[in-house]
Amino acid sequence: MEEVILEYIRNEYLDEDDEEDIELDSKTPLISSGIVDSFSMVSLKRFLEKKYEISIPDAEASAEAFDTVANIVRLIQRHQGDA
Amino acid sequence: MAYPSAIREVHGSQLSEIREQGLYKEERYIHSPQSARIQVEYPSGAAVKAVVNLCANNYLGLSSHPDVIQAAHAALDERGYGLSSVRFICGTQDIHRELEAALSAFLGTEDTILFPSCMDANAGVFEAFLGSEDVIISDRLVHASIVDGIRLCKAVTDTYKHANMKHLEQKLEEHQGKRVRLIVTDGVFSMDGDMAPLDEICSLADAYDAMVFVDDSHATGFIGRTGRGTPEHFGVLGGIDVITTTLGKALGGAAGGCVSGRKEVVELCRQRARPYLFSNTMAPPLVAGALKVLEILSSSTARRDKLEENTEFWRRGLTEAGFVVKQGESPIVPVMLYNARLSQDVARDLFAEGIYVIGFFFPVVPQGQARIRTQLSADHDIPLLEKALEAFERVGEKHGILGLDKKGIIEKFGM
Repeated sequence: MEEVILEYIRNEYLDEDDEEDIELDSKTPLISSGIVDSFSMVSLKRFLEKKYEISIPDAEASAEAFDTVANIVRLIQRHQGDA
Repeated sequence: MAYPSAIREVHGSQLSEIREQGLYKEERYIHSPQSARIQVEYPSGAAVKAVVNLCANNYLGLSSHPDVIQAAHAALDERGYGLSSVRFICGTQDIHRELEAALSAFLGTEDTILFPSCMDANAGVFEAFLGSEDVIISDRLVHASIVDGIRLCKAVTDTYKHANMKHLEQKLEEHQGKRVRLIVTDGVFSMDGDMAPLDEICSLADAYDAMVFVDDSHATGFIGRTGRGTPEHFGVLGGIDVITTTLGKALGGAAGGCVSGRKEVVELCRQRARPYLFSNTMAPPLVAGALKVLEILSSSTARRDKLEENTEFWRRGLTEAGFVVKQGESPIVPVMLYNARLSQDVARDLFAEGIYVIGFFFPVVPQGQARIRTQLSADHDIPLLEKALEAFERVGEKHGILGLDKKGIIEKFGM
């Protein structure tokens, strides 16, 4: 799951020049570092909901919950557990 | 009434946090009209200092133009100071409609509606004509006021990588099921000075049945051969569905903004845009001043031509001196320093040299992209810019950054 999400983030948010400068792993801060701005986060949320067939309430889609891929994986797993 | 000390402390600690993060904004007091040369008191209480202004949006040097001032004076005498009303109650004078018509003629659009500012135009325009069945696809670097306006609207939102047409196309494909697809971009991006490729954007809009929205605040009056903005520059004049722009920058610099474009969109704004419905009308002197500005710009391109000449000189001078300059054609010329502290140190040293510029860093610009943003004006002249260039060279030399590329600066100062 981690690798799928990292791949999506690379394609959706990084430009070719960024890829040299930014090392991305499951602990890299996404929102607080500015890689993903809070406004553009919506496409990531949509991707996760579609891919993992879950629905993330807006109240849970906080900058903190989305700040690392590790956090995102935890969020998804919690929702998959709910289903 | 109830402002307990505990709450005062909460607010105080928030302010301290802003200071600690280096994000505290301080005003510098200017003791003269806006111009290429201004009198600045900074820090507060310091002796007033004469400096060259390289950070105003006064692109055409019209903020203190005698004809504009005279037109505003005449309107003050003939039409009064204010109207104490919103537009649709008793706040529309004949000159408001005259200015809207003049803006439509200048921008090559069907109709125009004035707002108190372009911030207000952007805050109100989206929810006036889009709903939950529509999608807004915006460039990731659009101005904050557009982001706020989009957030107030019920349409689905999406974004594309800055000026990346492949990514935009992907998003347009993805949202083919929506009623309206609106592509949203700045014409000139305020922090980088680059332009959105409107010719390519319009082709994609045709191919994928989308509308196009452009905020041309940093372009109206001077980009394009006759200053009609980025649509003229890219040969798509008349092809943009919605343009927002400001009277607060090149067009006299006082206040006011507008939405200009398809007449139904403008009419919907007149019925539904909340900043139009619930804030005061533009004051008569500002309306008359803006009308005079459009008259000046329609009769001659001398000012935008001079601005272009100044910009070319400045870009070339900085590059030859060994600075890293963001490429582009607009009069926004960012000098890249990458490191936040370095941008503050260079701005401070330039002020001591009599050059007024501001250093920008994260979160105003992306992390590791700190810079000094310089802005040219038709009020500048080559001898003045030569002096400014010498000051830049002295400060660049002091910090040892002349001739260093991005990698060199980052190696020396960190990101």
